[in-house]
Amino acid sequence: MELVEKHPILEFRHGRKVKFTFDGREMEGFEGEPIAAALHANGVKVLRYMPKKGRPKGFFCAIGKCSSCFMVVDGMSNVRTCITPLREGMQVETQRGNGMLREGV
Amino acid sequence: MRFDDFATGVLTQEMAKAAAPPTKLWEGKRGGLVIIECPQPIPCDPCHANCPTGAVLSFEDINDLPKVDFAKCTGCAMCVAKCPGLACFVVDLTYGGDGEALMKLPYEMLPRPEEGMEVDCLNRVGEPVATGMVIRVQDPQCDKTLVVHVAVPKDLILDIRAIRVKSHG
Amino acid sequence: MNVLRTPDVLVIGGGPAGLSAAVEDASFGCHVIVVNEDLLLGGQLVKQTHKFFGSAAEHAGTRGIEIAKILIDELERFSDRVEAYTNCSALGYYRDGVVTCMVGEERYFKVKPKKIIVATGALEKLIPFPGNDLPGVYGAGAVQTLMNVYGVKPAKRVLMVGAGNIGLIVSYQLLQAGVDVAAIVEFAPKVGGYWVHAAKVRRLGVPIYLRHTVKRAIGESAVEGAVIQAVNEKGEFVGDERFIECDVICMAVGLTPTCELLWQAGCEMHYVPELAGHVAVRDKTMRTSHPDIWVAGDAAGIEEASTAMAEGRIAGLASAHSLGHIDEEVFKERLREYWMRLDALRGGEAGSKARSGTSKVIIETWEGKGVEVR
Repeated sequence: MELVEKHPILEFRHGRKVKFTFDGREMEGFEGEPIAAALHANGVKVLRYMPKKGRPKGFFCAIGKCSSCFMVVDGMSNVRTCITPLREGMQVETQRGNGMLREGV
Repeated sequence: MRFDDFATGVLTQEMAKAAAPPTKLWEGKRGGLVIIECPQPIPCDPCHANCPTGAVLSFEDINDLPKVDFAKCTGCAMCVAKCPGLACFVVDLTYGGDGEALMKLPYEMLPRPEEGMEVDCLNRVGEPVATGMVIRVQDPQCDKTLVVHVAVPKDLILDIRAIRVKSHG
Repeated sequence: MNVLRTPDVLVIGGGPAGLSAAVEDASFGCHVIVVNEDLLLGGQLVKQTHKFFGSAAEHAGTRGIEIAKILIDELERFSDRVEAYTNCSALGYYRDGVVTCMVGEERYFKVKPKKIIVATGALEKLIPFPGNDLPGVYGAGAVQTLMNVYGVKPAKRVLMVGAGNIGLIVSYQLLQAGVDVAAIVEFAPKVGGYWVHAAKVRRLGVPIYLRHTVKRAIGESAVEGAVIQAVNEKGEFVGDERFIECDVICMAVGLTPTCELLWQAGCEMHYVPELAGHVAVRDKTMRTSHPDIWVAGDAAGIEEASTAMAEGRIAGLASAHSLGHIDEEVFKERLREYWMRLDALRGGEAGSKARSGTSKVIIETWEGKGVEVR
């Protein structure tokens, strides 16, 4: 992961390292930190493809206000990955278009 | 188009000279005197609030530019550590040999400089203009703003405003 | 799930304004619920590694992250009457006075408070240029979130767009995180932020190109570079294009208030350019045209953390007073004190925009304006 290893002012206290999958690929991240941050640390910047023109989109505001970071998480679409905490075993997928309602909802 | 001008945060030579202490006092002052390079009125006063001798005069209005009574300045560098704009520099002209001076600068980067290390001395636009020797490293406020004492060429004291630890190829 | 909570006050937003309001309300005995969308309380303060300006009352010389801790500690002193929910969004305001909320993606509940304080902050703006939607075009706040909160390296090399305080400060923070800053481009003929912030990055070798802007982003699926160019007084491109290699284009071109809930509640709103967007008309206690809703912080107009804290105090004080928790004399005295603080913060040259902007939307009182006063 591309982390800030040392910092002149800050000390980072990460939670537990956990495994999750992104589009079927196994990755590692820190429990409780935003999914999008874990993906970024793993070099993943494209989070979704937009409905009309299929253009790639990634992180933008990081505070849950812009919809740029929507992904499918554990089958649920339109999850704001910039403020959704990572949990062990999460299945994160690139969202294509508007996403689908999860079955049973 | 020139970009090394006042509008982008580069102090002019005239303003630098105007902020500098009076020569006679400076040349004899062990411990050094402070140069505060804060030319814009902004609401801020920690330099005055934290000066133990009252050398940085009190502000009538919080937006006033800082003024220094050099007779009271002891070169303690408290302001260097406390200024949120990293705008204070202490220079001791009595230090070392003929061509040398000691500069106390604020530093908040990595790698951490160590005593005895050689560092690049950077001018106001980040160009290395000399090599300096780290004499001492302090963290006076215990808040990670280091005050680094660097031996520098005397003729560059109005130019050197930052240091960079030399990377080892 | 049909949980309905009924606190005295609901504070929406747990940044400097919201936390200050909650502390003020709690200190007068109110039962407060704070809902905060982000994972951590403290708003944008938790991303600020630099030392704040101002005077001792505004924690000058203290790093933003420390100020956040101070506010959270203050709130914790009232844990018997304050509940704070993080990762919790306020979804909507309904006419019966109910605010629907959701923790994460699953836990839904409703709140029907007696009074509401909207302290929902702001959103990063974007300027139009081809490729501005590419992954790698990040708001300055987002870059800070990655490197200062979660310790993730945001990029190898960044082009910073905007030389206001945010652009200058984040450039410095990028250098601290070991990231290269290729350049800062600023459309205007001068740096918008404090001169000292610019000096800090110039002496570390970061060039600032005035009267320049980003023309287009380069890259297929993510940013690989950018083209910048000079502009004249009319904003027309002049001179040669210059290619800047970078993998993040950081937007620090300003914020705009986010106050959708106030629109839903039918508050009177005005567009005020100096405050960077649509904001609620408010009286001198920060109360909107809705008798039970107050506003504070960037949601009331883009300013600083220091003014957000002062406004939060005023809103907290006024909402507690409207619930009958405060003596009239104490209320008047304290309100006067808080206004003195706010006016001092807005006093200098740096505060002129805020003074002029707020004067357009502040009224003496809602009495006689055809709006209910309780």
